[in-house]
Amino acid sequence: MQRLHLPTLVFIGILALAAAIVPYLFPVSSYVVQMFMQAVTYAVAVLGMVVVLGYTGQINLAQAAFFGFGAYGVALGTVGGGLGFWISLGLGVGVATFAGFLLGATTIRLGGHYLAMITISFQQIFDLVLVNWIEVTRGPDGIAGIERPSLFGYVLEDDRAYLLFCAVVLYALVFAVWWLPNTRLGRAMRSVRENQLAAEVVGVHTLRTKVVAFALSALLGAIGGGLYAAGFAYISPDNFNFARSVEFLTASLLGGVQSPFGGVIGTVLIVQMPEWLKQLPEAMRFIKDVYLAVYGIGVILIMVFLPEGIWGLIKLWRGRFAKPVVTDTSGIAPLDFDVSGKNGGVLLKLAGLAKHFGGLKAVDGIDLEVQRGTVHALIGPNGSGKTTSLNVVSGIYKPTLGSVMLDGEDVSQTQPHQRAGRGVGRTFQNIRLFATLSALENVMVGAQRDRNPIPGGNRALRARAMSALQFVGLADRAHVIVRNLPYGHQRLVEIARVLAGHPKLLLLDEPAAGLNQTEKMELVDLLKRLRGHGLTVFLIDHDMGLVEKVSDRISVLNFGRKIAEGSPQEVLRNPDVIAAYLGTEGKVN
Amino acid sequence: MQILFDNLQVLFQGLALGSIYSLVALGFVLIIRATNVVNFAQGDFAMLGAYAMVMFFTGLEWPYWLAFIASLVAMAIFGVIFNYGVYYPLRHRSFLPVIISTLGASIFLQNTVLAIFGPQPRPMDKVLAADGITVGGVFLDSQYLVILAVTMAMVLFTYVFFEHTLLGKKLQATSQDKDMARLLGIPVALMISITFIYSAVLGGLAGVLVGPILFVSIGMGSIIALKAFAATIIGGFGDVTGAIVGGLLLGVIESLAAYHISVPYKDAYAFLALFIFLLIRPSGIFGEKVSEKA
Repeated sequence: MQRLHLPTLVFIGILALAAAIVPYLFPVSSYVVQMFMQAVTYAVAVLGMVVVLGYTGQINLAQAAFFGFGAYGVALGTVGGGLGFWISLGLGVGVATFAGFLLGATTIRLGGHYLAMITISFQQIFDLVLVNWIEVTRGPDGIAGIERPSLFGYVLEDDRAYLLFCAVVLYALVFAVWWLPNTRLGRAMRSVRENQLAAEVVGVHTLRTKVVAFALSALLGAIGGGLYAAGFAYISPDNFNFARSVEFLTASLLGGVQSPFGGVIGTVLIVQMPEWLKQLPEAMRFIKDVYLAVYGIGVILIMVFLPEGIWGLIKLWRGRFAKPVVTDTSGIAPLDFDVSGKNGGVLLKLAGLAKHFGGLKAVDGIDLEVQRGTVHALIGPNGSGKTTSLNVVSGIYKPTLGSVMLDGEDVSQTQPHQRAGRGVGRTFQNIRLFATLSALENVMVGAQRDRNPIPGGNRALRARAMSALQFVGLADRAHVIVRNLPYGHQRLVEIARVLAGHPKLLLLDEPAAGLNQTEKMELVDLLKRLRGHGLTVFLIDHDMGLVEKVSDRISVLNFGRKIAEGSPQEVLRNPDVIAAYLGTEGKVN
Repeated sequence: MQILFDNLQVLFQGLALGSIYSLVALGFVLIIRATNVVNFAQGDFAMLGAYAMVMFFTGLEWPYWLAFIASLVAMAIFGVIFNYGVYYPLRHRSFLPVIISTLGASIFLQNTVLAIFGPQPRPMDKVLAADGITVGGVFLDSQYLVILAVTMAMVLFTYVFFEHTLLGKKLQATSQDKDMARLLGIPVALMISITFIYSAVLGGLAGVLVGPILFVSIGMGSIIALKAFAATIIGGFGDVTGAIVGGLLLGVIESLAAYHISVPYKDAYAFLALFIFLLIRPSGIFGEKVSEKA
């Protein structure tokens, strides 16, 4: 995520304000003013799409319903209820946010296609209720005579004044949405978008993040709807159907769904396009008649050729002139570790741990103790249950039988993010980074786990992340987007991401996989340094050389059971272990 | 006694309507299995099939059966175009761009048809001239009977095709593991094309059959598709049997609820049923439990 400089921001602000003042300076027909009113109020709703789809990666095809909650709140409140604009808007926004909260809560089990379907269903039911519940919504006839708000005792009756008011609200919200990605919540959202499983394991409460994203989206939608209703003084169910939801979606995609500026650009284009088509010369006037068909093709073309929308193009163009970011690597504090209770003892204890998948007993009753301050390796042939064990320890799977004790506490039934909050950190065999975030941002997500013993706030998170990157030797690459880093560096960033969270227990799932000899040597060095700091490490790997060099103790699994345990020398000469790896037939020397 | 007959009557209509959902849902599931994406223009396949029929039969005044076959052939060709225009360019991207692309296709199709045929809904002839028969006090409309019969035939055909022909096996292999299928020499792109063809024909068939009951209109497909998709989730996402059972179940629930509770909310019951299913049993009737592996 690229930060805009303050001068750019001021420039955009002045430009935008100037646009809103134009109607005062030049004679503009009320039709044009109304069209801008439509664009501005729609844009507020589209900001909701930026938050939920752009930042959090959750599809929402019910934005028009949220828009409708706000609009009907204002309409029913001011026309029927005799409440003022502000109270009515508050009610509408409240109900919408609650509905958004509920929709977001369905993501506890369902994502992707299901979510698309759930939001469509919600949208359809909303539409049916608007049309049919005539006693309350007044049905298809709609509601007329909606009041405008008053500001400092001045009722915004004049369309130009009201447009200016809406524009100011829009700018404030654009600023808020633009600022969001670099907050804790915003980073959590983007980590969910990029890799939900990794986000959860690193300590992000993914469900809460998605629920908040939906609620925010609903809130923004309802504010837009409330402004829209008051602006046009009349609403009917047609304004809030599925087609409108698709329009919001298209607007956000056209402009660029990952940026509030993109969302606004897209909305203005979508609203103005039919008007521009009217200006076409006679011979091309037919385009107006098939406008919606062209619009459909446009959606496909955007998806194919402009995945990041118009704002993506602008960013690309700006990027050509941008100076490369030079990361200041001076004054980085050395990384400290959480090795509380240095006087030995059991940190992790697996008691009778089993994980069955249907009839397959992937892990079949393992007892294992990891001593504090040691590097403990878990080895075994393919399919022996190593990764499954690690998944149970980090909370991705719940054990079928037995328990996982961390520091004497049973954590078997806790969620992965809760375990991260208790100091369990892990990496993945197939690297799971947040691909479009910078190395620094990836590591900051790791630093912002619950109960990480550092002061809150971005400054401290950033400092912690830089220390972790420095520790793995990548401080100078902090601002590189991680998918552009070489494979070996990506592994290191993943380790730094965990270290930033002060793990008590570091779980490494095949850290050497895919590394070349030099990189492996560097990894061994890193692991030895970690051991030197007294960090407890529990790792899986196939590289016996590496395991032998770094481990204090090794446990061996075969067919889901522990077949040997001891010091590296003992274990690697154990005939059972050799048999498990090489088979029992023939002689082994 | 009358109450029983009334309920049976409603049940019959529910089954017939449900089998339309099943046909469209079947098309959905085949595409989901082959490409792992949901085609939000699936309902418009039904709409297009119905309009093709209007064009050949009402417009060009071809004989009914010729027009019927021509419509299905047109849908088969359309399936290929759809594949290469909407899915193929995005095949390496995540599901989200593809879903959105199919939504765009849906908007395009509906508005193109609107520009050609106008907004007026068109009537369509039933398959059989006969009105229907009365069995034990229940009136069985001939079109509903045809719908039920054709659905059963298509389900049977689909089963035999996928389980007992080499082409069917290749299609299954493609849907389960594209890379492995490719290594075994199965032309994966062609298999996906065939899936789209079959799916488009199924959709078109549903449209032609339901046309006489619902009238042929621009929006006829959208609502059918949403319910068909609901049916695939209720039955078990990506499960063929589930799609058929889910569709029938949804048709029955909807008709009974409309009859006993309230007609204006007819379309809401399907979605309510979906919500309830998603809360209680998100994997659907026949679905397996889904979980992500690390």
